[in-house]
Amino acid sequence: MNQCLLEASDLSMRFGGLLAVDQMALKVHEGEIVSMIGPNGAGKTTVFNCLTGFYQPTGGQITFKDQAVEKLPGFKIARLGVVRTFQNVRLFKAMTVLENLLVAQHRHLNTGLLAGLLKTPAFRKSEAKAMDLASYWLDKVGLTEFANREAGNLAYGQQRRLEIARCMVTDPQLLMLDEPAAGLNPNETRELDDLISDLRKNHGVSVLLIEHDMKLVMEISDRIYVINQGRPLASGTPEEVRNHPEVIKAYLGES
Amino acid sequence: MNNKSSTTLRWFPAVMATGVLLLLAVLMLGVQLSTENTELVVHFAASERWNLILSGAVLVFLVQLFRNSIAAFWQGAKKHNPLPHLPLPSLDKNKPLKRLLISFAVAGLMIWPFFVSRGAVDLATLALIYVMLGLGLNVVVGLAGLLDLGYVGFYAVGAYSYALLNQYFGLDFWSCLLIGGIMAAFFGFILGFPVLRLRGDYLAIVTLGFGEIIRILLNNWTAITGGPNGISQIPKPTLFGLEFTRRAKEEGNIPFHEFFGIDYSSGYKVIFLYILALLLVLVTLYIINRLLRMPIGRAWEALREDDIACRSLGLNPTAIKLSAFTIGAAFAGFAGTFFAARQGFISPESFTFIESAIILAIVVLGGMGSQMGVILAAIIMTVLPEFAREFQEYRMLMFGLMMVLMMIWRPEGLMPMKRPHLTLRDRQADQDDVTMKTQPAAESV
Repeated sequence: MNQCLLEASDLSMRFGGLLAVDQMALKVHEGEIVSMIGPNGAGKTTVFNCLTGFYQPTGGQITFKDQAVEKLPGFKIARLGVVRTFQNVRLFKAMTVLENLLVAQHRHLNTGLLAGLLKTPAFRKSEAKAMDLASYWLDKVGLTEFANREAGNLAYGQQRRLEIARCMVTDPQLLMLDEPAAGLNPNETRELDDLISDLRKNHGVSVLLIEHDMKLVMEISDRIYVINQGRPLASGTPEEVRNHPEVIKAYLGES
Repeated sequence: MNNKSSTTLRWFPAVMATGVLLLLAVLMLGVQLSTENTELVVHFAASERWNLILSGAVLVFLVQLFRNSIAAFWQGAKKHNPLPHLPLPSLDKNKPLKRLLISFAVAGLMIWPFFVSRGAVDLATLALIYVMLGLGLNVVVGLAGLLDLGYVGFYAVGAYSYALLNQYFGLDFWSCLLIGGIMAAFFGFILGFPVLRLRGDYLAIVTLGFGEIIRILLNNWTAITGGPNGISQIPKPTLFGLEFTRRAKEEGNIPFHEFFGIDYSSGYKVIFLYILALLLVLVTLYIINRLLRMPIGRAWEALREDDIACRSLGLNPTAIKLSAFTIGAAFAGFAGTFFAARQGFISPESFTFIESAIILAIVVLGGMGSQMGVILAAIIMTVLPEFAREFQEYRMLMFGLMMVLMMIWRPEGLMPMKRPHLTLRDRQADQDDVTMKTQPAAESV
């Protein structure tokens, strides 16, 4: 098996008297697509927030490529190559689609104040490179014709795709998608399925996914973690999870 | 049905409207009561006024009577516009034309003061100071979305830097312009730290307090700042060492008019100050325009839009906020230094909260983030009060009214910010090129 990319063990998160995540363990290997499923309020997004540094977990360890990250602020974890999307799309709405993709490349760009003020050749080159990368991803998610449209004016499905493109221009190693198929029609969901597979195959990212669309999850995932009431319930391949009696009882339901 | 209603005469509304007009006009404009000894005497207005009231009444009557027809005509005129729609040549696409127009405008602004009165040039200089302040605050409020109510504090820091450094160490305007900017930027940086976690209303309150602290400090630190008496006799800027006074103040300096062998005129000084202010504004505009197209400018806007998304993409919100505060404050510092030099006298009274409010009003009125809007609003806010001097005491009332009306009709400001239009290179043409560039980066994982 490939090298382990992200590993969380004993992860717990407490909000006052509420133990939102309890003893959660999770592993993502390089090139894997891993899903987290569970009923609403099970603590999936809380796990995401802990992994990406938006919450400081109250207990447990998180390592990314053998580096402890549980104490790092969110933007530093993002810089290591862990980038996420949000359950409710968080685009820079008043900025154009293209600008959204340029902002995301901030840390790869030449941010020198003088270089920018004087438009030095190095600065121009770095901007041109950013534009090329942005245009590559616009093409990939089919938004080229909307490049100069304000992001907030896009249709919902397009906003979802833009959010993924915005993650991808940061050149991540682990892409974390929080319910990417929510609100998409079956057609768009299929496109999303293709896009995620393509990202893994051609761009070498691993994907950690929260999703309620079982068809998508079962089709795409290498492994699945099931969470219920903040506790890990089961984990394994889609086949194992699908037939797990506890999972059927708590989440999937008898069919 | 439509046709019928559009030609009907509106007798009833016309009569009613005219009646109301006459009633009000006669009572309010036509007659006046006054006391003579113990009696009330009714004075009737002069006949011209009666004529005006009457013609007003006739006008209202006719307009109301034919209102349907007028509206129909207007609609028709709009629909069957005989003039073809001529699009203005787009400036964004025509770069040489844009450059030419800008250079003409700048040249015009440079030559203009030689043909108008001294007062007008002076007023224009003041307007330019507010343009500079507006542009600086626009960075903080309009772009980074951090509501700063204490901006005047940085303005004061700039002004007092020059005044004090000149008084105690004899530094001249040009070196102080730089120092004033740096000092203000430093204060912006310092203020940035405690307010990093705040936003919205809380940020506004803290910055408001900061502005007041600076003013009160200047007011009470009498030993150094002269307290409420302020600092006077601040020298005017020099042109490469040439002074604009009748006689040189400093040993070895030559006055401007002697150097060029022309007669002394106090007008030169005013024009020089104007041109200096214009240059400062142009530099400010250039810098902010560049910043907007740089990663840092985009990061400011992204922070305004969504700071959580910023963090998730690896942008450090702390650094972005601090840079916005620092750079915004630096422009206030430059403006403050220039202000001190122009006035020749400063006191804490020039840096009250109302100044902050006016600068903020300029930004909001012009349109958050829009530079042209801010320039326009700054000119309106400084020039209008001059024209309406009789209404001095109602000035605040008018500001308030203007703000309310603006928020109703144009909540996005006079000239809302336009998003930059960036053209992508033709994908088909250099497809392979791009793939070459992006693939290795992606595969190196």
